[in-house]
Amino acid sequence: MKTLEQLLAEHPFFSGLAPDHLKLFAGCAVTLRVDSGEFLFREGELARSFFVVRHGSIAITSVTPQEGLVTIQTLDEGDILGWSWLLPPYRWHFGARALEPAALISLDATCVRTKCEHDHEFGYEIMRRFAQVMASRLEATHLQLMNVYESRT
Amino acid sequence: MNPAPEIATATAAADGMLPEVWRVDRVRRETHDTFTLELGPERPGSERAFEPGQFNMLYVFGVGEVPISISGDPRRRDRVVHTTRAVGRVTNVMSGLKTGGRIGLRGPYGTPWPVAAAQGRDVVLVAGGIGLAPLRPALYAILHRRNDFRNVVLLYGTRSPGDILFRQELERWRARFDLDVHVTVDRGAPSWKGNVGVVTTLVQKAPFDPRNAVAFICGPEVMIRFTAAELQRRGVPLDDVHISMERNMKCGIGLCGHCQLAGVFVCRDGPVFPYSRVADLVTQWEV
Repeated sequence: MKTLEQLLAEHPFFSGLAPDHLKLFAGCAVTLRVDSGEFLFREGELARSFFVVRHGSIAITSVTPQEGLVTIQTLDEGDILGWSWLLPPYRWHFGARALEPAALISLDATCVRTKCEHDHEFGYEIMRRFAQVMASRLEATHLQLMNVYESRT
Repeated sequence: MNPAPEIATATAAADGMLPEVWRVDRVRRETHDTFTLELGPERPGSERAFEPGQFNMLYVFGVGEVPISISGDPRRRDRVVHTTRAVGRVTNVMSGLKTGGRIGLRGPYGTPWPVAAAQGRDVVLVAGGIGLAPLRPALYAILHRRNDFRNVVLLYGTRSPGDILFRQELERWRARFDLDVHVTVDRGAPSWKGNVGVVTTLVQKAPFDPRNAVAFICGPEVMIRFTAAELQRRGVPLDDVHISMERNMKCGIGLCGHCQLAGVFVCRDGPVFPYSRVADLVTQWEV
């Protein structure tokens, strides 16, 4: 049976992280399993944690009056889920729902933020990695907004 | 509606600008705005070979001529298949052709996907929207000689599930153990259980070795740029990334200059290029 530190070390988001920083993360982590259709969180709720996707597929959702629950992105193995916990008001901008049974690691937001305040090097490393995730998602969102597939004949 | 003009002569094939008359054997609706034409030669003996990635100039009599990539199996010389979107005057009239109708055809033109050069390597095909059509012949050729290649991966993105081309064929490909197929849409309907997100997001996790992979990309050029950037980030050298460009091609043989970009004629020097050769050109609109 692998330890939380080992599980985290296997995930691309934590690749190359210093062992003492990995230990800080592991101190805030628990494993989690969700069933198909189960919500990890809903839009507007307090963002109490973020998640490392180990297996399974997770839909990022929003509710629209016309269509109801709409999937705006899917995440799967190797992805990181959630950054609303990083910045006030710490509320989810979107929901997250398992599309199939999924295995995750849940990291307690208050625990991680507190460690960031005490260890700024640790905090910088987290911010740097989340900035990369956010930049990739922003780029993907730009492409979605541009409706890029329509222009070729 | 489409009477056969009397232009199919023995000299037609010898003249690069003169179309031959081909017969519409089948019309298939692919999505709400795309369709496939299966064409057979009107004149016996005018079957022709093509290489994956090449295009024909299709002439709707009395309306006009457009370049359309070939989307069928390159082993079939007796049948030419084209898939396109009804987007302008010519393709809109073309979409209304019926079985038994006639169409003018000249070609094939242009440079092919370097399928042979990819032997012994992983092959990553990345398609966006209608861009799957020009890539399909390359995939047919690869699957025909599957053992000559290592991992073969198809990454395909469309706007919505309703825009997915060749859906049944994609399902058959997904069922194969020797082919990785990943489909994603920008916007999933409630019934859609698959991936949601742009096709570029599939590159980082796709199963290929970037040090020994060749990538073929076909789609709108903005998608090509971002996909090439993702492949480069993954470690694929840009010399191993090949793209199919689409520009305002008129003559198809590098004479008229409509598709000229700097020193490149897309119809004659392309449409398939190594990305390293045209990376600076894909941000240009038209000359």
